[in-house]
Amino acid sequence: MDRDPRAQVRKAPENFLDPELLRSIRTRGLNEQRRRLIRGAFGAAVGALAATARAAEPDAGDPDIVNPTPWSTTLGKPVAFKPYGEPSRYEVALARRQSPGLTSVAQASVSFAPLQGMFGIITPSGLHFERHHQGWVDVDPSRHRLMINGLVGRPRVYTMDDLMRLPSVSRIHFIECGANTAMEWANVAVPTVQYTHGMLSCSEFTGVPLSVLLDDAKFERPKAKVVLAEGADGSGMTRSIAIERALDDVIVAYGMNGEMLRPENGYPLRLVVPGVQGVSWVKWLRRIEVGDQPYGTKDEVAHYVDLMPDGLLRQYTSIQEAKSVITTPSGGQKLMGPGFCNVTGLAWSGRDAIKGVDVSFDGGRNWRPARLETPVLPKALTRFNCDWTWDGKPCLLQSRATDKTGFVQPTYRQLREVRGTRSIYHNNAIQTWRVDASGEVTNVQL
Amino acid sequence: MKSGLHRVCLLAMLLIGSADARAEFGGIGRAPTASELQAWDIDVRPDFIGLPAGKGSVAEGETIWAQQCASCHGDFGDANHVFTPLIGNTTADDIRTGRVASLKAGGSYRTTFTKVSSISTLWDYIRRAMPWDRPRSLSVDQVYAVLAYLLNLADVVPADFVLTEQSIVQVQSRMPNRDGMTRDHGLWDVKGRPDTRNTACMRNCLPGDPQVSSALPAHASGSHGDLASQNRPFGAVRGTQVGAAATPASADASATSALPSALNANGCMACHAVDSKLVGPAFAEIAKKYSGRADAESYLASRIRDGGSGVWGSVPMPPFPQLSADSVKSITKWIAQGAPR
Repeated sequence: MDRDPRAQVRKAPENFLDPELLRSIRTRGLNEQRRRLIRGAFGAAVGALAATARAAEPDAGDPDIVNPTPWSTTLGKPVAFKPYGEPSRYEVALARRQSPGLTSVAQASVSFAPLQGMFGIITPSGLHFERHHQGWVDVDPSRHRLMINGLVGRPRVYTMDDLMRLPSVSRIHFIECGANTAMEWANVAVPTVQYTHGMLSCSEFTGVPLSVLLDDAKFERPKAKVVLAEGADGSGMTRSIAIERALDDVIVAYGMNGEMLRPENGYPLRLVVPGVQGVSWVKWLRRIEVGDQPYGTKDEVAHYVDLMPDGLLRQYTSIQEAKSVITTPSGGQKLMGPGFCNVTGLAWSGRDAIKGVDVSFDGGRNWRPARLETPVLPKALTRFNCDWTWDGKPCLLQSRATDKTGFVQPTYRQLREVRGTRSIYHNNAIQTWRVDASGEVTNVQL
Repeated sequence: MKSGLHRVCLLAMLLIGSADARAEFGGIGRAPTASELQAWDIDVRPDFIGLPAGKGSVAEGETIWAQQCASCHGDFGDANHVFTPLIGNTTADDIRTGRVASLKAGGSYRTTFTKVSSISTLWDYIRRAMPWDRPRSLSVDQVYAVLAYLLNLADVVPADFVLTEQSIVQVQSRMPNRDGMTRDHGLWDVKGRPDTRNTACMRNCLPGDPQVSSALPAHASGSHGDLASQNRPFGAVRGTQVGAAATPASADASATSALPSALNANGCMACHAVDSKLVGPAFAEIAKKYSGRADAESYLASRIRDGGSGVWGSVPMPPFPQLSADSVKSITKWIAQGAPR
């Protein structure tokens, strides 16, 4: 089997040590001379390892156990050395990435979250996917205002001071771009889960329920049908949101994962519209207008409209229906070899909580229930795990989510029967990953 | 259980006689002034509520277009080098029927005018977000003029047309896809009816062996760079190594790129790309043009600070006096090195 050499547990390099030296270290401990001998032997062994496999010294140990490591034999760095911490330098592989050729200008573009290496359900704020329409801005919070006007008894202007004095809630919700998985409608187009599903993130958001602010502005209850949310960036982003959503669980949020929102995610204020596609979560939120009909904004008329086979464009599609994906093993990854493998992934629904996730290893013929890890929250990512022993044979992995409304994630065939392949948005089809005999995983459709 | 204190508070509220259910938010928020509302409440609805009075002709629009819009959208609004095309693929028959026929035929080439049903959308968006790098710099009349020019390019209005808050209402009835929208779907209401009805079958759910119908073609395997470098080098799996020559997919970590950070920080990349022409020339082309010049760095520094036009075509390079000397130096030095990725 062609295995990635880095994937294997290799023979402990103690076998490069002369048995005489090993005995001397064991009986008399390390001194400077013996340390030098080890270092010299190690250098020689690294070269030799590449050329020939060596017979292992029967009782040799793992050098990272037997030999002192730099981190266990030196004084570490002081507190507050980095006043704002950052990931280990060994973690550079997990980064937001663009899909080459998707857009011409990076100000109106997307960067995808590296789902292939993330754990649990919370997206680290620095890895949260990005979608900007006219570039991101870093708004001065002392100069930021939120205005509420339209069908209200008393229009309001709030400063950040005002908003942060009000009663707050903190809730965990996923955000998914309506165009997540858009490139895959007609056929496989991209290699990894970062690009197929990476316009997806989940955070704990803190802020004021929009219903509190609408009450404070004395909105005109029977007449109000829609709210318009508007951003303070150059695009003046605008989206219409149903009043039922606005009064239910929408949050005017300033906090994300325990700190203020990141500028790329709307600092200092964004709308959180649980279950609804990301474009409605207006960033740099500066205005809410209450109205009696939708506003027909650019991203409700020219974009974010779903082309149906009869040529009609579906307008105001909002809810992100139940969906799931296996994140490991997934496209572009390679299994270490036959044996145990923890299959793990994410499931979510914009209508409610996830009720269950099933995993198939034979392309959807037979299914096994996966374990849902806690917490399992409405309109939040849910982590699932499924034990698996790979026998080394080719197989087709799938996951299938069911939400608490009873809705079962559709197959590509079922979805295309209704929506064709040109609708761009709201692709929540079951994802298939093919594992070949070498353990290499690729993106396929059945 | 209600505390005694709570009862006292409730009593106090009743005594004050406040009908304000949110009296506890006293001291928070205020009413906007008329000028504040006017400054921010600029949205225009499909029923034209919010549309300010004004006028602009196709001819006036053409002039503004050439100066401020054509570099991204093309002289005739049909370019696709920066954004998706605005104009094209609509017919006189579409204007008559109010449904764009090409959408029914698959919609493989969708321009803005094939999709947009409400003319207010275009007015609102041009007003709030255009031009790309100077949003909200157009006057109300200029917005009317630019939209008039676009409508003429789309054969919706004649060349001598003047668009006003009055005439726009008639133009709405000539929008090619005015009847091309539907709201008959279950994705607006959280309790809406889904399109699909899959079942949670667990055993023998397929008639035969599943067949792979689509996979990534071999020539596209390197399209997103070396996948090994996009996965941890330790843990449950490894990333697949894709040809060493493959270009890495751009991560936003600057460590993976030779590009000076000043380029993205100052909006340079909104108009310039490294290897291809966008609004302005490719950095690689600039590097080539000045590769022999000893004073290339100082010359380019002056062009960045002071702007200029005529060297690369008619679109002027705006001046960027706000760039720090260090930023300018990092950019010019990088160009002088050949603008490496």
